[in-house]
Amino acid sequence: MSIVQCDVLIIGAGGAGLRAAIAVSEANPQLKIGIVSKVYPMRSHTVSAEGGAAAVIKEDDSLEHHAYDTISGGDWLSDQDAVELFVNQAPKEMIRLEHWGCPWSREQNGTVAVRPFGGMKMKRTWFAADKTGFHLLHTLFQTTLKHENLLRFDEWFVTRLLVEDNRCQGAIALEIATGKMTAIKAKSTIICTGGAGKVFPFTTNAAIKTGDGMAVAYRAGIPLKDMEFVQYHPTGLPFTGILITEAARAEGGYLLNKDEYRYLQDYDLGKPSSKPVLRSMELGPRDRLSQAFVKEQEKGRTYEGEYGHFVHLDIRHLGEKIINSKLPFVRELCIKYENLDPVKEKIPVRPVVHYMMGGIDTNIEAETVLPGLYAAGECACVSINGANRLGSNSLTELLVFGAIAGRNAANYATQQNGFSKGLEAQYKNEANRIEQNFLKKKEGKVKIADIRKAMNNTLEAGAGIYRTETSLKKSQEDIQELKERFKYIKMDDSSITFNTELIAALELSCMLDVAEAVIQSGLHRRESRGSHQRTDFPNRDDEKFLTHSLAYQKEDGPPDIKFKPVTITKWAPGERIYGR
Amino acid sequence: MKDLITLNVFRYQPEKSKEPTYQEYEIPYHKDWVILDALNYIKDQIDGSLTYRWSCRMGVCGSCGMMVNGKPVLTCATFLESYTPGPIRIEPLENFPVIRDLVIDMSDFLEKLKKVKPWIIRKDVGSEDREYLQTPSQLADYKQYSMCINCMLCYAACPVYGLEPEFIGPAALALAQRYNMDSRDEGKNQRMKALSHDTGIWQCTFVGDCSAVCPKNVDPAGAIQRYKVEGASNWWKTLLLPYASKD
Amino acid sequence: MEGLQTYKRKIGIFWWTKRLSHFRFISRELTSIAVAFIAIELLLLSKAIMNGEESYQAFVQSLTHPILIILNLIALGGILYHSITWFNLAPKAMVIKLGENKVPGFLIALGNYLGWIVISAIIVWSLL
Repeated sequence: MSIVQCDVLIIGAGGAGLRAAIAVSEANPQLKIGIVSKVYPMRSHTVSAEGGAAAVIKEDDSLEHHAYDTISGGDWLSDQDAVELFVNQAPKEMIRLEHWGCPWSREQNGTVAVRPFGGMKMKRTWFAADKTGFHLLHTLFQTTLKHENLLRFDEWFVTRLLVEDNRCQGAIALEIATGKMTAIKAKSTIICTGGAGKVFPFTTNAAIKTGDGMAVAYRAGIPLKDMEFVQYHPTGLPFTGILITEAARAEGGYLLNKDEYRYLQDYDLGKPSSKPVLRSMELGPRDRLSQAFVKEQEKGRTYEGEYGHFVHLDIRHLGEKIINSKLPFVRELCIKYENLDPVKEKIPVRPVVHYMMGGIDTNIEAETVLPGLYAAGECACVSINGANRLGSNSLTELLVFGAIAGRNAANYATQQNGFSKGLEAQYKNEANRIEQNFLKKKEGKVKIADIRKAMNNTLEAGAGIYRTETSLKKSQEDIQELKERFKYIKMDDSSITFNTELIAALELSCMLDVAEAVIQSGLHRRESRGSHQRTDFPNRDDEKFLTHSLAYQKEDGPPDIKFKPVTITKWAPGERIYGR
Repeated sequence: MKDLITLNVFRYQPEKSKEPTYQEYEIPYHKDWVILDALNYIKDQIDGSLTYRWSCRMGVCGSCGMMVNGKPVLTCATFLESYTPGPIRIEPLENFPVIRDLVIDMSDFLEKLKKVKPWIIRKDVGSEDREYLQTPSQLADYKQYSMCINCMLCYAACPVYGLEPEFIGPAALALAQRYNMDSRDEGKNQRMKALSHDTGIWQCTFVGDCSAVCPKNVDPAGAIQRYKVEGASNWWKTLLLPYASKD
Repeated sequence: MEGLQTYKRKIGIFWWTKRLSHFRFISRELTSIAVAFIAIELLLLSKAIMNGEESYQAFVQSLTHPILIILNLIALGGILYHSITWFNLAPKAMVIKLGENKVPGFLIALGNYLGWIVISAIIVWSLL
């Protein structure tokens, strides 16, 4: 059997994982840090983030404003102590990233430039043209290369956590290239595996966003929090789901229905004006914009195309110069993937699944309920994002909570000596499970792709932008049936060398677990709040549901749902007002 | 009847055979499909054992580089339409060892990347409360070289790397330049030491294909030539003014 | 990645015939033979001049041989090819900034061509 030991194990090497790694190394350079990632770090999905990262830096802005925008944007479901910590740490983290070399766009005087984003009172989004996530990820990755105490396990897939004596002691991982299973013992572990957009059929998320980290934590008994809150980004390209950044609207783009009408004015989002107005119209929050699209579609005012309904995003009036300097990637993507030039033509867009507000339940120290286990980034739910994340808070969240998780995990690891017995037995069981259930499986007949497709469709149908008791129940039945069918999957590939079919099967099992949590949490939240809209309970119900949902996995069937209160410090729940 | 198109795919399955083979797959033709969509169709519907890497499907993660009809491309950004009526030959990126099918071993690049010290090197750390100032013009000096997505197309296109695997190679050298030309950096001399020996800049014979295939217009060839000019002028300076201070 | 059996493709000696850009590149490298040819010719010419009027006339006479004319034309072609591709690539190595703006590549190439023409003109003028 193969065993590796380290002090801190980080699962996932995207923005949060890499930031955590640097934090551990800086907290204690003596610690041996392992970073496991199922892809090379620079392939992580952070790379796709476009628009920017929010942090207060300009004189006219304030931490108070940032906190209020975040909390009202999240429909008062954010934990306000977490938000206060977040807005406070945000500028420091962004400046650190600047010191590490991130090529932020600049003002003429050399200071960092900021742009507006949806749901913001002030301009506070730092950006590196419209490839912010790409630059952020590569800057972090390249910076980690100077830390000698980091041991990377590139293209390793974690299949379960090692838990013994009520603490997390690492994980078991599969080296994809060789098929070898290894127990990576660690005194503390941080999960930074990102979101799970791939449970839905139409998403901006990369192929790798299959909720693996959420699932392994969930299976270890850790609750998934607020999973019913799934953000639809209002502007994705039809068919591919490629994201057209919110920055396109922030720079002044219009959303037009098929009558060339800026339809957002009909949805209590303010009056149209030629220049962008903060917290108004196209700069409203994402949940409200995506919901407005569905209403427009119902009224028959959207275009119908080969890949579903769409409206137009028009940025032609910005002119070629602004588009090239502020939105070059938007132009590149439209030309390469839609065969149209946004300088001359309108861009077809529709809402697309973008972000999971929910995730592994953590407190503001990034700790989970299991000692020794931490989580940060999209896979975690602190929660600062509440019922709807504000655009450009997620990149900042990676940095702030990645760093916090790293420091705390380093501290915890320093206090531990040795490992429990019994981890070896877990290793043997897990290696056996992978071999028997997948590699040596003989009699399967169900295609992996068929189960995946059925899961995608039932989620969209039952747990999409608008949901009802009936639709959610139907979806949950479907998912439970699919979990049963999963036991009979057909494996074409029994090779141990770079077996991507095995990985696809393991990912699918993770997605099915995440899907059941999304649906069950949605079923139990009998109100409408932020991105969770129940047509059978159309209003927000603070009396009953100013609470976080917690999904606990059961041996069989859908999870148990419990609730815990939201932390309110100074912003009493109020009406979300945009454009007036 | 639906239109069909044939893909001729390089297969290497070390557990079955020591030599690679080519396998033909006939798939439905869609105008909107990129090569990667076709591979995904094969994987999902025809042959689950076909092995390749992919992730973002928007040309920024750098996973899905392959040789298509002999040319290195990102398969997520290359439409079937450009190759009609087919057949289309798909192979793993050239100049790299193949792990399986279309998956190459790129660990060599990661070793080399580390050698060029791709991080900001400075004597002072700067205030925690304030950014370093950098004007848009200073940003523009290195911005192009910072766009590298590490997709490895340039290594696949570079005959020097194929013939002399010790060569540090286009992307790593461009990234070294990215930091050298960043106004916040002071590590130029340290990097020059790593790069002015014979596996560094001087092995480049300026074929220029790295820049031609780069999907992000990074222009590694240009970066390396500028490096050479600087390396040569440094050499003269040291020769003529051996006691001059070096910053 | 212990125990992994990777497949390494071999590069044949005719690798440069497979892609046009590689063929062009090798052709440019081969123009060095043309340079060497002219250099040797010049050395022989110098030697002939040193040996006096007679030997100079004999050398010039020998250059009128059709084979040598053809070889010289090929060498001229090769050197022109080398110079032109070289000047076209020059903007890659020379990035000049005037204030905030980069001087466009074609202007840098143009500068190189102008320099070439001027120097050639001076040589021709001094010979006449």
